[in-house]
Amino acid sequence: MKATAWIAINVFRESVRDKVLYNLVFFAILLIGASYLIGQLTAGQDVKIIKDLGLAATSIFGVFIAVFIGIGLVSKEVERRSVYSLLAKPIHRYQLLIGKYCGLVLTLIVNVSIMAAALYVVLAYMSWGVPPAAARIWDAPALDPALLKATALLLAELTIVTAIALLFSTFSTPMLSAAMTFGLYIVGHFTNDLRNFADLVDSPAAARLARGLSWALPNLAQFDVRADVVHGLPVSFGYMGLASLYAAVYVAMLLAISVLIFSRRDFK
Amino acid sequence: MRARSASAIVAAAVFAVMMVGASIELQAVRDRFYPPRELDEDTLYIQSGPMMRRLTVAYNALAADLYWIRAIQYYGDGKRRLASQARVPDPPPMIAAPTSDAYSMLYPMLDLTTSLDPRFNIAYRFGAVFLAEPYPSGPGRPDLAVKLLEKGLRERPDKWEYMEDIGFVHYWYDHDYRAAAEWFRKAGEMPGAPWWLRSLAATTLAQGGDRQSSRTMWEAIRQSSENDWLRLDAERRLLQLQALDQIDQLQAEIDKYARRAGAPATNWSTLVRARVFPGMPVDPTGTPYALDGGRVTVDPSSRLWPLPQEPRRADSRPPS
Repeated sequence: MKATAWIAINVFRESVRDKVLYNLVFFAILLIGASYLIGQLTAGQDVKIIKDLGLAATSIFGVFIAVFIGIGLVSKEVERRSVYSLLAKPIHRYQLLIGKYCGLVLTLIVNVSIMAAALYVVLAYMSWGVPPAAARIWDAPALDPALLKATALLLAELTIVTAIALLFSTFSTPMLSAAMTFGLYIVGHFTNDLRNFADLVDSPAAARLARGLSWALPNLAQFDVRADVVHGLPVSFGYMGLASLYAAVYVAMLLAISVLIFSRRDFK
Repeated sequence: MRARSASAIVAAAVFAVMMVGASIELQAVRDRFYPPRELDEDTLYIQSGPMMRRLTVAYNALAADLYWIRAIQYYGDGKRRLASQARVPDPPPMIAAPTSDAYSMLYPMLDLTTSLDPRFNIAYRFGAVFLAEPYPSGPGRPDLAVKLLEKGLRERPDKWEYMEDIGFVHYWYDHDYRAAAEWFRKAGEMPGAPWWLRSLAATTLAQGGDRQSSRTMWEAIRQSSENDWLRLDAERRLLQLQALDQIDQLQAEIDKYARRAGAPATNWSTLVRARVFPGMPVDPTGTPYALDGGRVTVDPSSRLWPLPQEPRRADSRPPS
């Protein structure tokens, strides 16, 4: 447990050394620039658009970090041959893998939290001095705490994306891993369409395959409640709990497969 | 050694700045000799909402915002361009720009916006106003305005504001007072709807087309509007109604003068000299009225131009 925690902290430190957190600067510039420009372009929808933009940017930056760092978590160690010295230490392979995973998730948590805080600051600035009559047009208050629900579910989604990237990283090249992770990320948003597709095809075998894939592939669309939150629609804690539980189960399954592959891998 | 490296950095920085300046100047020279082709802003490569929803994966709302901004720009640019065309003399017919496809992309853009984000309230409400506005202020398509609002109602059947807006489109642009009254009645029956919608329904049915009932409707919209743009638009409409009243009075005086003088007045100075008016009359925004062939109208440079087409009275009958 202690070894896993140390590995996680080291992954976090490494990502800070690799200037991963620089994306926060881009995020801040994007939001501040947009908040200045959007007010003049959107006919009173600036708060909605800043929320959409902030949450979408958080998601895009998060997915890019999860994929591009996740795919290098194991393959980089193998490439640099540092995996030999690591495995020579009294740690199990599963500890190394889980430590790496937790380290990247920690990086993502820090990243997403700072982005959420920055979004609230920009929204506070934009809603400052807005008369209550004008604020009534907004579907939800500017500083709506429900934005945190969207952020929390985004983090749950990113834990799955990270686990997918890590899984591919245990047996594939970084390029291929990135392509496959992005592919699964996109497919993960269409699992409901895949389920509907099963009703459209004539072939029972194709229908069974489509239905099977729709259940087996990660269902990432359920974590996207951004539009609901921006429009002030309720997102219940029950829904969040079930989605988070799904994420935990799916991550556990992916990590188990990753550990299985990694523990049988021959580094000679 | 350190001084040398510092001077090298300064030299590199100066060189970089010079190169940036040179690249800007080169672009300007190239554009002078080889003017860039104008971008075709009126192109929408994908017009299917469901297809666009799939292409934008998890970022539908952000894509909707982009299409909304594009729709506003498209409408604003078209309106500005056509307004400036109206202030210059008409070109010969063979080189006159075709006007039938002006704003042709507006509805597809709004349709995409609302397909990507089906709860984009303002896109339905403002979009309907943009679509219904008569040419050249808009495409003059109240049918598409109603279609857009009905799409919004399918998403949110309890949204009385959309029903009110449909009623308003029927009233103001279609002059179909029976349909307008029916929509105002439906809107008034929804929970949370303001009380005046029911009386507006009754007034519309009884006196639709009357300038006073138009004034009542715009005043209600102005007072209930939660959005600056809608409130300012309602205020402009009220000023237009005020201008119509003033034009009626001015026209009566001018007609009286024409009967007396035996010829229509061709300019204001003649009327001022004849003491018909103490000075050049101005519209409620302070812009002088135009006098064209003895008919008074607002000047194209006025914020109130073009004046709305006066609705027919609901109780008027065609001549037998």
